[in-house]
Amino acid sequence: MTGSVTTPSSSPVAGPAPSGTGARRMARAGNYLALLPFHGYVGLFLILPTLIVAVGAFTTAGGSLTLDNVSSVFTSSVFVDAFVKSIQLAVITAIAGAVFGGLLAWAVARGNPNGLLRQFVIAASGVLAQFGGVMLAFAFLATFGFSGLVTVFIKNQLGVVLDMSWLYTLTGLAVVYTYFQIPLMLIVFLPSLDGMRQEWYDASASLGGGSWAFWRYVGGPILAPSFLGALLLLFTNAFSAYATAAALISQGCPIITLEIGCQMQSEIVLGQENVGKALALGMIVIVSAVMAVYALIQRRASRWAQ
Amino acid sequence: MSQAPGFTYGAAAPEGGALISKSPKGAGKGRRTPLGQRVARILVLLLVLGYLILPLFAMLEFSTRGDFDRTTKTFGRTLDSFAAIFSNDDLMTSIVTSLEIAVLTVFGMLVLLVPTMVWTVVRVPRMRRVVEFLCLLPLAIPAIVIVVGIAPIYRWMGQNLGGFGASALTLAFIDVILVLPYSYRAIDSSLRSIDTATLSDAARSLGAGWPRTIFSVIVPNIRGGILSASVLAIALVLGEYTISSLLSFNTVQVVIYLLGKRNPYVSVAVSLAALVFAFVLLFVISRFAPGADNRAQRAEEEPA
Repeated sequence: MTGSVTTPSSSPVAGPAPSGTGARRMARAGNYLALLPFHGYVGLFLILPTLIVAVGAFTTAGGSLTLDNVSSVFTSSVFVDAFVKSIQLAVITAIAGAVFGGLLAWAVARGNPNGLLRQFVIAASGVLAQFGGVMLAFAFLATFGFSGLVTVFIKNQLGVVLDMSWLYTLTGLAVVYTYFQIPLMLIVFLPSLDGMRQEWYDASASLGGGSWAFWRYVGGPILAPSFLGALLLLFTNAFSAYATAAALISQGCPIITLEIGCQMQSEIVLGQENVGKALALGMIVIVSAVMAVYALIQRRASRWAQ
Repeated sequence: MSQAPGFTYGAAAPEGGALISKSPKGAGKGRRTPLGQRVARILVLLLVLGYLILPLFAMLEFSTRGDFDRTTKTFGRTLDSFAAIFSNDDLMTSIVTSLEIAVLTVFGMLVLLVPTMVWTVVRVPRMRRVVEFLCLLPLAIPAIVIVVGIAPIYRWMGQNLGGFGASALTLAFIDVILVLPYSYRAIDSSLRSIDTATLSDAARSLGAGWPRTIFSVIVPNIRGGILSASVLAIALVLGEYTISSLLSFNTVQVVIYLLGKRNPYVSVAVSLAALVFAFVLLFVISRFAPGADNRAQRAEEEPA
């Protein structure tokens, strides 16, 4: 469809154009100029902040060049630890989310494509995966917190007082993160499952393939790139998350997003004004690398979705 | 052709995949499913959905607790926490603030995105990939990173742009950036489903200027996409915490968090109400975006 774009000869800017290439060139320049507001806006509110981070990471507060900020990211055990814990958290919750979310997507895809269950699950997943943040932390406080539903129920009915302090640690964070990774997996992976054709099952079956053979030789290989891509997306999602962690963990800054937040809010140590920017740059590097791999996989994944 | 190669909706989309392009090719899927599979499906639904529903149910239970009865060891039920939402001035102010930011964000996003995207389709298809790249870029730059880089810009605005520059409404500027990936996908799938180029040629040859072509001809045809984009933007703004908290603006999420330390019951009540509100919005557009299925399907069947 986009290929059928035609270019009317008249210029949108200069009105009916006189003949001659000069006018046409003007018109073409005008075409690009019309995109200026968009580029200007994105430049000001997205590119400029990113540049401020990138440049700030290599400068002192006074503006002179330095490698101290970046090197402290690698030498300070606090920062290295925060990065390592963030990556661990992201890997674990991405895998858990991908497995359970993938299963849920399969169960939903097998159902009625126009059914209420499907629409219900998709809409709920959209909310939980993308807009939960602080509210999901409260949901888990209401469930496993010291006076949460499960804790109170067990205490009152079974007389057992459970130690629920795990909720406020990285373990709790992993449980809550998995909670929003599952619906994200559903949203991302469901279209790929929908793309599976009945003909493929039939072809496999007519050649004598059972369920196992189908998934081993047909379904699995076709879905593998989408699944991997989704896994990477879940990784960056957990790696970048701040709100849930900030609401749940009130002591210390164990993961990198919290560490950056603490750097922003705390008293600035002389000579370390830009360390937060170096940490932020580190995040950009990791996320960009993962997204680059994602884009490569994505190209493969789309092959079967024609 | 100008269509980006290797770019389809069916594959894992960075975001909003199923939210935006729901095109189940369900033909014949209902055929005799083996019993084992049916049992497995129900088990998965029960377990995974159960895990997803439990905390939501807990929020409902928690926020409706009344007095504890020692003999039966149960709580009474009351809606006091929900009523308290309306009598809490901080909370109400922040809700109004967030709704205002949401309106500004939707407005800004549409003004910025719709003409630009239509323009890339009809006049400068070469720039389509560039615009797409820029729109998806916020996915690769975490919000926490953006806030580090944008803090100096907001400090400058606060000092130089008077009362508006220091108000929470300026958050709309950055929220527009945050919603770009979601809104782009929603509007893009609508634009791909209509023959934008032919429509605009027809309008232009009948004498319509560009503003008229865009607003009277193209926009009515991509209403579904615009609606989805707007709803996603509203939901995102109402749930936004990272940037507003670190820039010290009292949006609804920031106030919910602060309130949670003093009165968790009311905080949980507001959270639940906000989640339900966002859910209803998304559910309604998924039901009433007319022909969303056909459109997505047509877009997919289009030869690349």
